Amino acid sequence: MNTAVSIGKLRLKNPVMTASGTFGYGEEYAEFYDLGRLGAVVMKGISLRPMQGNPAPRIWETPCGMLNAIGLQNVGLKSFLKEKLPFIRQFDTAAVANVLGSTPAEYVKLARALDEAGLDGIELNVSCPNVSRGGMAFCANTRMLGSLVGKVRAAVKGATLIVKLSPSAPDIKAAARAAEDAGAEAVSLINTLPGMAMDLEKRRPVLGNVVGGLSGPAIKPVALRMVWEAAGAVSVPVIGMGGIMNARDALEFILAGARAVAVGTANFVTPTAAVDVVEGIESYMRDKGIEDINDLVGGLLVDNPDH
Amino acid sequence: MSPSSRASIPRGAVRSFGARVLDNSEVKKDTYVLRFFPLAETLPPRPGQFYMVGVGTGLEPLLKRPFCMFDHEEGRVHILYRVRGRGTELLRRVRPGETLAVLGPLGNAYPLPPRGKTPVVAAGGTAIASVFPLIKHLKGKAAVIYGARTVEEMVMMEELEGIARRLVLCTEDGTCGSAAMVPGMLDEFGLGPEHFLYVCGPRGMARAVLRLAAERSVKGVVSLEEFMACGIGACMGCAVRTPGGYRRVCKEGPVFKLDGVVL
Ligand SMILES: Cc1cc2nc3c(=O)[nH]c(=O)nc-3n(C[C@H](O)[C@H](O)[C@H](O)COP(=O)(O)OP(=O)(O)OC[C@H]3O[C@@H](n4cnc5c(N)ncnc54)[C@H](O)[C@@H]3O)c2cc1C
Ligand SMILES: Cc1cc2nc3c(=O)[nH]c(=O)nc-3n(C[C@H](O)[C@H](O)[C@H](O)COP(=O)(O)O)c2cc1C
Ligand code: FES
Repeated sequence: MNTAVSIGKLRLKNPVMTASGTFGYGEEYAEFYDLGRLGAVVMKGISLRPMQGNPAPRIWETPCGMLNAIGLQNVGLKSFLKEKLPFIRQFDTAAVANVLGSTPAEYVKLARALDEAGLDGIELNVSCPNVSRGGMAFCANTRMLGSLVGKVRAAVKGATLIVKLSPSAPDIKAAARAAEDAGAEAVSLINTLPGMAMDLEKRRPVLGNVVGGLSGPAIKPVALRMVWEAAGAVSVPVIGMGGIMNARDALEFILAGARAVAVGTANFVTPTAAVDVVEGIESYMRDKGIEDINDLVGGLLVDNPDH
Repeated sequence: MSPSSRASIPRGAVRSFGARVLDNSEVKKDTYVLRFFPLAETLPPRPGQFYMVGVGTGLEPLLKRPFCMFDHEEGRVHILYRVRGRGTELLRRVRPGETLAVLGPLGNAYPLPPRGKTPVVAAGGTAIASVFPLIKHLKGKAAVIYGARTVEEMVMMEELEGIARRLVLCTEDGTCGSAAMVPGMLDEFGLGPEHFLYVCGPRGMARAVLRLAAERSVKGVVSLEEFMACGIGACMGCAVRTPGGYRRVCKEGPVFKLDGVVL
């Protein structure tokens, strides 16, 4: 039985990754299971300099989901390389960094340093709804996105370059194509959907940042649709995420065209969620007699030929 | 998932486990004590630590809810909770024999008072749950100033009477003890540098108490609450401001030095 998949130059032992920002730098979850069981660990987004993040409250639960406005609190590139990367390197899993800059030059600097440090993958976060500059702005305009990805492409040699798209992009197919044309080796989606919540009694927003990003099962139908659309638009692999809670959810994304999947909010609900998905996929394949996970990718049966 | 011997649990290790509910009973209107028995080997909780408790079985509500260890005996853990919203409303309906998904014990614990200092505990409302095991552990040494809005929200008064060196009660509406608030009572009590202060209660109360402690050069700790998603330090959701930047309540806390937070 083969569960291995290829994402650009990266070969993952199984298609299960963690979603950036929901797994710290791996340390917390290593208390619960061997991270080597995962295809890849995608770490919390990093910026050139440490970021403080947004004021509290930063999270709020919504029906079947949550809003977060963390604001990319992170240790910054230098500490990441020195203090965080060696830890994840102890495990037999691919290490993927998620990066955020406010200018293309910052993305290039970050990507070059991480590539030189030997990261297996670099995921460009061009889709964070929680910071005022950079982030999502790059995804709103395909020309800007293509130019950004092209510049980073030229700086990255060894690592696989992944571009994380925003569900707020006006045309997700065009955004995915722009990333591919500029040299992305994979696209990942979706990031959180911008949302808000309020306290009616106090007449105040509940989040310190007023707006935040929605994640969890509440966004799964949107994510599935977008992964399906992106997979139809590009030939590079698509990494699907958004509300994956168990192996069944993950398999749905794979059928929709995702070559790999990422488990996010589910890690908060059950610390072993990501490894549970690995095991669930394996037992599904055994039960159904599926020899190769790659045979399932994009295997959704659709009657209407227009879709 | 259950390790074979206690020695195999690394120090500070947190477990994700199923817990058999032994009892879930109302101790006061809308306030309950739930006792559960972990079905896997776990570390014994220390006063100040908390658990993330799964309150439903489906996707709604999604996240576990944080509750302090209120008491523990022979491997059983007790939590005291107040019904606030949809999660605690579901918890209220849990029956003995049911199994809950739990994570813990989490966070740091209350330190012991430094030699020569008298422990003074200032607690407001349901937060008494957090300091109760500390007061018990200090075996009749702690002076306790406990307040709430109204007598309806005061719990465990008799038990506190038995374990505190001195118990001062107050309510905003005067329905129990003095008609006053905790910071005022603490002032009247004569809080001074000979005391070591433990604070746990609503943000407004904590802020006022911290100000008083700073004026009187009193050292101590405060236990804080923030909304939590993971409870283990991964999401950065429970951040609180400190002089050195944001810190995670679930990991670096919930117990912080009085001058270690900016409220
Ligand atoms: C470390 C820690 C320890 C805690 N220990 C206890 C305890 O021992 N006993 C107890 O009764 N409560 C405790 N709480 C608070 C408890 O977690 C909340 O009351 C509970 O999560 C509310 O869940 P709900 O679904 O009923 O409320 P929701 O429907 O989610 O919200 C209802 C209201 O409850 C309040 N609330 C929600 N979550 C929190 C939170 N994390 N902290 C404070 N207020 C909140 C909000 O103001 C909201 O308006 C603790 C919180 C933390 C962070
Ligand atoms: C608390 C939190 C923090 C996040 N931080 C990041 C981040 O730093 N970089 C990023 O690209 N995505 C970040 N995300 C988005 C997730 O990686 C993921 O795309 C999204 O949550 C959807 O998946 P889910 O529904 O399974 O959580 C974050 C999400 C959450 C909930
Ligand atoms: S609750 Fe996730 S970091 Fe504290």
